[in-house]
Amino acid sequence: MAVDVLIVDDSAAIRKILQRVLVQAEVPLGQVVEAGDGVEALARLKETKVGLILSDINMPNMDGLQFLNAVKSDETLKSVPFIMVTTEGGSSKVMEAVNLGAAGYVKKPFTAEQIKEKLAGII
Amino acid sequence: MTHEELSGMITRATSHVFSTMLGINLEVGRSYVDDSAPSPAEGVVALIGLAGTWAGSGTVACSAGMARHVSGRLLMQEFTHVDEEVLDAMGEVCNMILGNVKTMLEEHLGPMGLSIPTVIYGRNFTTRSAAKSQWSIVPFHCAGETLEVHLCLVPGRETILTNRHPAVLSLNNS
Repeated sequence: MAVDVLIVDDSAAIRKILQRVLVQAEVPLGQVVEAGDGVEALARLKETKVGLILSDINMPNMDGLQFLNAVKSDETLKSVPFIMVTTEGGSSKVMEAVNLGAAGYVKKPFTAEQIKEKLAGII
Repeated sequence: MTHEELSGMITRATSHVFSTMLGINLEVGRSYVDDSAPSPAEGVVALIGLAGTWAGSGTVACSAGMARHVSGRLLMQEFTHVDEEVLDAMGEVCNMILGNVKTMLEEHLGPMGLSIPTVIYGRNFTTRSAAKSQWSIVPFHCAGETLEVHLCLVPGRETILTNRHPAVLSLNNS
């Protein structure tokens, strides 16, 4: 069954790469929705229901951890699997994301295999 | 932090980003130290700020041709000129390289913050840092072109500089 995905990153290049990598990882993609920061992502989620969220941390306006917190605080969204894809590899950021309810954490740079491995069992 | 430690981190991070995301095995040049932030008088420079118990700036600098080559490999398309997509891609390459360096630095220096990258493209410009410190510079070679990664770190007060860095850009209107 196809999965609708929200990709959140302030870099259009990374959004494009992630979309390509999801195809390479053989994820059955449905609609792919993009946002450049947490504020834009929350607006997209009001318009479109998705089955997976991939988000960066370091973004303007609302960062990925604030966005994750907003998603997990929303009864209608909190069950959506949320994967962090970020350069922030420090253990404090990873712990914070896990404590907030992230289902996984992928560090940039990444390969299609790493994304596939992280998504196994989630979708 | 010594120049050898910093240049080692830069080399590992840059090589990892290029081999994983671009499928490019870079040839590593001889690293050096400079009192200023040498950069090409023209081309693309991506800057990012680091803040924590130590603070500073990191830059990725290369020619327009190298920026097009790197962006083309990253996005799997050909770029005939430097456009928004190339600048965005170079910002992300800088973010990944210095983000990985930051993770290595944090093992020694504790938690650090990373700013959002700024990318500059043009001619007749110079960059300098407000910090009175030396820069560790590592050149990398690929496809007949050179890309340099510069890093300047100084011990500093704990500051929150989420979207700022101490690097200053000056334009020569010649």
